[in-house]
Amino acid sequence: MEHIVIIGNGISGVTLARHIRKQSDSKITIISSETEFFFSRTALMYVFMGHMKFEHTQPYENDFWKKNNINLIHKRVTEVLAKEKSLLLGDNSSISFDKLVIATGSTPNKFGWPGQDLQGVTGLYDKQDLEALEKWAPTTKRAVIVGGGLIGIELAEMLRSRNIPVTFLVREKSFWSGVLPFGESQMINRHILEHHIDLRLETNLVEILSDENGHVKAIITDKNETIECELVGLTAGVSPNVSFLKNSGIELGRGVKVNRFLETNIKGIYAIGDCAEQHEGIDLRRPIEAVWYTGRMMGEALAQTLTGKPTQYNPGHWFNSAKFLDIEYQTYGWVWAQAQENENHFYWEHKDGKKAIRISFHQESRVFLGINTFGIRMRHEFFDKVLTDKKTVDYVMHHLAEANFDPEFFTNHDKEIQQQFTNEFIGLKTE
Amino acid sequence: MSKSAKNISLASHQDNELNTIQKLGLTLGFIGLFIMTLAFFNVNFPNKTVWFTISISSILIGIVMYARSTYLSRPEGISNNGLFHKSLTNRGILAYMIGILLTSFYVVLYWFPTYLGLGENGAANSGIVGFFDPFSYFLNGHAASEWFVYGTFYTVAILGLGYKFILKYRHNKYQLVRTISVMFFQLGFAFLIPEILSKLNPELPYFAKDLKNMWPLNYYFFEDWHLTNMIQGGNLGMFMLIFGVAMIFIISPILTYFYGKRWYCSWVCGCGGLAETAGDPFRHLSNSTEKVWKVERWMIHSVLVFSFITTIAVIFTFLSNNPELSFITRNQFIYGIVAFLVLFTGTLFYFKRQDLDADAKYTMLSLVAIIIIAIAINFFSGNQNILFVDSYALRKWYGFAIGAAFSGVVGVGFYPLLGNRVWCRFGCPMAAILGLQQRLFSKFRITTNGGQCISCGNCTTHCEMGIDVRSYAQKGENIVRSSCVGCGICAAVCPRGVLKLENGSEEGRINSNEILLGNDVNLMDLLNNK
Repeated sequence: MEHIVIIGNGISGVTLARHIRKQSDSKITIISSETEFFFSRTALMYVFMGHMKFEHTQPYENDFWKKNNINLIHKRVTEVLAKEKSLLLGDNSSISFDKLVIATGSTPNKFGWPGQDLQGVTGLYDKQDLEALEKWAPTTKRAVIVGGGLIGIELAEMLRSRNIPVTFLVREKSFWSGVLPFGESQMINRHILEHHIDLRLETNLVEILSDENGHVKAIITDKNETIECELVGLTAGVSPNVSFLKNSGIELGRGVKVNRFLETNIKGIYAIGDCAEQHEGIDLRRPIEAVWYTGRMMGEALAQTLTGKPTQYNPGHWFNSAKFLDIEYQTYGWVWAQAQENENHFYWEHKDGKKAIRISFHQESRVFLGINTFGIRMRHEFFDKVLTDKKTVDYVMHHLAEANFDPEFFTNHDKEIQQQFTNEFIGLKTE
Repeated sequence: MSKSAKNISLASHQDNELNTIQKLGLTLGFIGLFIMTLAFFNVNFPNKTVWFTISISSILIGIVMYARSTYLSRPEGISNNGLFHKSLTNRGILAYMIGILLTSFYVVLYWFPTYLGLGENGAANSGIVGFFDPFSYFLNGHAASEWFVYGTFYTVAILGLGYKFILKYRHNKYQLVRTISVMFFQLGFAFLIPEILSKLNPELPYFAKDLKNMWPLNYYFFEDWHLTNMIQGGNLGMFMLIFGVAMIFIISPILTYFYGKRWYCSWVCGCGGLAETAGDPFRHLSNSTEKVWKVERWMIHSVLVFSFITTIAVIFTFLSNNPELSFITRNQFIYGIVAFLVLFTGTLFYFKRQDLDADAKYTMLSLVAIIIIAIAINFFSGNQNILFVDSYALRKWYGFAIGAAFSGVVGVGFYPLLGNRVWCRFGCPMAAILGLQQRLFSKFRITTNGGQCISCGNCTTHCEMGIDVRSYAQKGENIVRSSCVGCGICAAVCPRGVLKLENGSEEGRINSNEILLGNDVNLMDLLNNK
C-alpha cells in the first residue's frame, strides 16, 4: 500500500490528510514536532487571554485520527533523504515514504538583532511560543512588540488582556500601511491607542539588552531611546520553515519551490502551505502565501492529485480576514494600499471611527476590483460572484443590503454609504 | 494537555484589582443579601416593608454599579478575558461554593419550604418567607409563599444580571433586543401579571397565569386539579385553558417555523431567561464532545417520553373520573392524541426524511414510542391504574424527578459546574419538540460565511448548548441543529464574522455539500459531483 508521509500537522497537512482519506485507503502518516494533535494556531491568543483552553483549539477530538486511520508521529524530522525515500527523525529513527508532502509552515523572522535569542524574546507562532509567554508574562512589567502587522497587534491584545503595559514598535508611518490604505490604517492607529497601547510609529529595533541572567532587560530603538522591558515580541513577519531541507536536494528559494501541481523538483515530493513557494505568483498573489485559507486550499488541491486526479492549485478570488482588537476586518478581491493606475478608491468611514469600507474599481469600466470592510461583516459568496461576473461598482452599491452579513438588528449604514458614493462618483462616469 | 498557568505575579494582573465603584457595588449588593440572610435566620425586622425595600434595592443597585464600572470602562467588544483563569468561571473554589449554595437552596425550596419560614396549616409565615409578606400583600393580596420568594429572586436575577449582560454585549444589538425581551417577559408575564391577576380575582381557585409558560415545560398544565381549577376559574380560567392549548398547537408551531425555537428558548422562556442572564458567565462550561452529545440525546428523549406519557396518563384518569367536566371521552382523547401524533410524525417523516440527523431520528422514535404506549394505555388500564402504574404516582415521580430535581436543583444549581443550559439541553421536553420542528420545518439557520472560518473554536467553546459549531463552520456548512436556542453568542464571539443567525428560504438551508469557497471552482464541482 502506498505510504504518504506529511511533515507538519497544521491546517495544510491536516486538510490534505483528511481529503486523501475521503477518497483512498493509502497509508497516511503525519509527523509533527510541535504537538501530537492538530490545533488551530489562530486560536493561541485566545488561550493566553483566557477565552479558551488549549484543548478547545483542537478542531478534532483525539480519537478522530485513529478512527480515520491516520498515523500521528510526534517527533522532529531532521533530514529528508530524497533518494532513499526516507526521513531521519530526531531520535535517530527513520521512516520511509512513497510520497512525501512538506507542510512545515513558517518561523518568525529575526533580522539579526543583537540579543534576539535572549530569554524573554519570542515570536508568536507555535505552541512553544505560547508556553514561553505563559512562563514570562507573570514577571513582565512592560513588553515591547516589534513589527506592526497582524501578529503584532494580536500579541499586544494578549498582553493587554493581562494588564501588561505594551510598547508597540512599527517600522512604517502607520500601522500595517503596506497593506492597508491610509484611512483604514489611521483608524486602526487610533483604536490601538484607545486600548492604551504605546504605539511608536516609524521606530525600529536596534538592540535587545540582557540582564546578568541572560534575560531581556531593555531594548534600544533607532531613535536612541532605551525602553526597559522584560518581554520582547518579535512579530516582523514569517519565513518558510525549510532550513532542515538544505541538503535534501529539494530546490529551495525562500521556501520550497513548487509548480502549479505543488510538485517540487523531485518526483513524489510535494510542498503545501506557508512553506511552499510558487515559481511565479498566481494571478496577483505572492509566490509565498502564509495565510490560513491558502494553506487549506493547497491541501484540498493536492489531495486530488495524490488520489489520482491531477489537479492544479488554482485558488479563486483573493479573500482574507483579521481582527484588530475590537475591529473586525474582511477583504475580498484586491484593494492596494495605494490606488494603482486606472483604479478609483471609494472610502467611507463611520463617524464613530470604528467602521469603514473601501471599494476599489476600474476608472473607466467601473468594474469592481475589491473591498476592505471594517466593523461591517460582508458575505463572501456575494463578492465571490461579483468578482467572477465582473460586476460594476454601481451594481455593488445597489446591492449592499444583499452583501451585508451583520447580525440581525444591527444598524445599517447602506444609505449613508450610497449617498456618499453618489456624491463622489456619479457624474464622473465618462461614457 | 496544557492549561493556562496561574498568574502569581505582583507585576502583571489578570483584572483582579477592583476599583472604588466596583467595591461600592459589591458592598451594597452583599449588604442587601445579608439583610435577606438575617431574615432567613428569623430576625424580626421592626419595619419589614422598609427593610425589604432597602434589601432588594441595594442588591439591584449593587449589581448595576458593579456592572457599569466593569464594562463601561473598556471599549465596546467581546469581554471574555480571563474566563478560564478565574475561580468563579473555571470551576474553582468560588464556583463550587456557589454551586453548593444554589443546590442546597433548591433542595430546601422544593422539599423543605418550612425551613424558609413558610407557615404550615395556616400559621403565619416567618423567616425569609415572612420577610416577603408585605410585598406579597401589596402585589397579590395574599401572604407570601416560598414560590413568591423564589419568583422575586428569579426576577431580580434576570433584571440585574440582564442589565449586566446588556453592558457586556453593548456593541451587539441582537443581544440587546433579545435580553430586553427576556427581561420584559420575566417581569411582566411571569411575575407581575400573574400576581396582579390573582389580586383582582381573589375568589378564583389557583391556576397558572403565566401565559408564556406552556406545556410540556409547565408539566402540571393538564393535571386534573389544574384542569378543574381552570374550568371552574371563570372567564380568566377558560381563557388560560384555551390560550394554553392554542400556544401548543397554533402559536408555537407558527413562530418556530418563522424564527426557529429561539423565539421561545432565548427570547421568552423563563428558564432560558435565567440561563442567558445569570448563567451567562458559565456558558463556556458546556461540554461539546461527541460523547456528551450522545448522552444528551438519550436524556432529553427519555424525559420527552416520560413527560408525554405522564400527561396522557393524567388526562386519561381525569377523563375517566370526571366525565361530566369534559368535552370528550377518554377514548376520543387517546385516539385524538394518537391520530395527531401519527399525522405529525408521519408528515414530517414523509416530507423531510432526507433531512433527518441523529437528533431528529431520536425525537421521531420517541414520538413513535409515545404513540404505542398511548394505545397500550387505552387497552390495559383502569381509571387510575395506567399500565399497572398508578397515574398519580407517575405524575408525582415526574414532578419530583424532572420538575424539581432536574429543572431546578441540577438545572440551575449546577450552573457554575456544568454550564448554564443543563436543563434546556438534557432535560426540557419542550426543547426536544421545538428542536425537531427547528431541524425539519423552519426557516431558521446559522449561515456560514463562505470560506472565512479559521477553525479557532470560539464558537464551539462559548456555545451554551455544547454544539460543536466549528465542525460545521470550517466546512462551510450551515448550522441547523435541533438543540440550538439561537442565543447568537457564536456569531458574536467569532473573530472573523463567519456566522449569522438568519430566517430565510428553506431551500438550501441544510447544505452538507463541500462549500470550500475560495478554492478552484472546478475543484468544487468535482468534489460535489463525485
